[in-house]
Amino acid sequence: MAEVHAEMVANVWKVLVAEGDTVEDGDTLVILESMKMEIPVIAEDDGVVAQIKVAEGDVIQEGDLIAVIE
Amino acid sequence: MFESVLVANRGEIARRIIRTVQRMGLRAVAVYSEADADLPFVREADEAILLGPANPAQSYLDVDRVLRAARDSGAQAVHPGYGFFSENAAFARAVIDAGLVWIGPSPEAIERMGDKINARNLMEEAGVPVAAGTRTPVTDLEQAVSAAAEIGYPVMVKTAGGGGGIGMGVAHDEAGLAKAFEQASRAAARFGGTPAILLERYIERARHVEVQILGLADGAVVALGERDCSVQRRHQKVVEETPSPGITQELRERMLAAAVRAGEAVGYLGAGTVECLVDADKQDFVFLEMNTRLQVEHPVTELVTGVDLVELQLRIAAGETVELSVAPRGHAIEFRVYAEDPKRFFPGPGTIGVWAEPSGDGVRVDSGYAEGNTVTPFYDPLMAKLCVFGQTRAEALERAREAVAGFKIEGPKNNLPFCAELLEHPEFVDGNYDTGLVSRMRA
Repeated sequence: MAEVHAEMVANVWKVLVAEGDTVEDGDTLVILESMKMEIPVIAEDDGVVAQIKVAEGDVIQEGDLIAVIE
Repeated sequence: MFESVLVANRGEIARRIIRTVQRMGLRAVAVYSEADADLPFVREADEAILLGPANPAQSYLDVDRVLRAARDSGAQAVHPGYGFFSENAAFARAVIDAGLVWIGPSPEAIERMGDKINARNLMEEAGVPVAAGTRTPVTDLEQAVSAAAEIGYPVMVKTAGGGGGIGMGVAHDEAGLAKAFEQASRAAARFGGTPAILLERYIERARHVEVQILGLADGAVVALGERDCSVQRRHQKVVEETPSPGITQELRERMLAAAVRAGEAVGYLGAGTVECLVDADKQDFVFLEMNTRLQVEHPVTELVTGVDLVELQLRIAAGETVELSVAPRGHAIEFRVYAEDPKRFFPGPGTIGVWAEPSGDGVRVDSGYAEGNTVTPFYDPLMAKLCVFGQTRAEALERAREAVAGFKIEGPKNNLPFCAELLEHPEFVDGNYDTGLVSRMRA
């Protein structure tokens, strides 16, 4: 199981996967936006998306849980 | 002269404009979003009006709210700063239609230069050199592929309406082109503007050098020297200096003359910047785009010329006759202090625990924040501009090293360690660098 956390304060611009989706290492899960820059959040393992903890439009803090991959 | 000015911007540039407005004995009106309520520019203005929530569409980019603020405060003129409404012809028209003075060029000049394809064609007609590229909008990938084949790789792909490096990408082959085209289209759709894409021959090892121009009320256009903006990350400037260490006096004179022709071609009024790409090996240049507004890096020009560009903007907008005899002297460098990590340059907003600016001979700091403020993710990452002046470039570099070391920021991530690293890098120290410098430092 791998937890994906936010590296910075940001707005959630796009959520590209749903719970139950199969993802591969390198797939983009979510696109964040901070300071006029798009920041893709990438899966670091192959697996299934067990949880997505953010929704488009959310403001998240550094360290917040974004997703859990199993 | 009008008696009050509404500053339709935020952060360091709002503060810098307010300072000149007040020094001239005029009343400065600030507008701000909920996220910016505690920033210095709000406190320092003579009057400050809350526009709305942090989202720019509901605050700084809401035409009705900004115009209502102007009416409620009795402001007689509007200064847009840079970004936001500064290159928005519709907003300029709305300001003029509301009976206010627009501090900038005519809406027609903004329109003609705002579309990069149109601007490029216009410059070519005016005898300003342009890079090989598309003369009509490219709207699908198929067109892009055939245009690129004709221009020759590598090509630069950008949006006709965009700015600030957003959506720009370089393609070295057809696969890269597909990716760059997709990215530019997405940026165009997202940040508004036309969906048109423009392709241009990309010059490797180029320097980015721009000329400051000023269109006077009597129709004359003058050039106030150049700025070298080749230190860039993600096609966005980090450090600017003047004079450019990479051009000969002969090339400088050609560029300044071309910039004046560019301004004259659109009947330009006020402060503007003609951006060029310079092939340092061949000592040749092509027109890149024109920014019809005050530029972020205008302080380096002020430091070597002694003029206050904002004051000149206000006086020209008021229809005053401005006498200018400019003889630049010395050397000036600006470092953009961004809230970002100094390795990958990723955004690092946060609350400022410690903020101590350097001072001393030849040091100027234009900042938008103070201790206790929070740098939020809603706007660009520029926290301050650290500018230094020296009689020579060597003296400016020495003062910059001291000033960077003396700038203390705790809380948000910041790129001061990158600035310190740059000041020891042989290419930068020698002045022999190009737009690829930062990528090479991080390769």
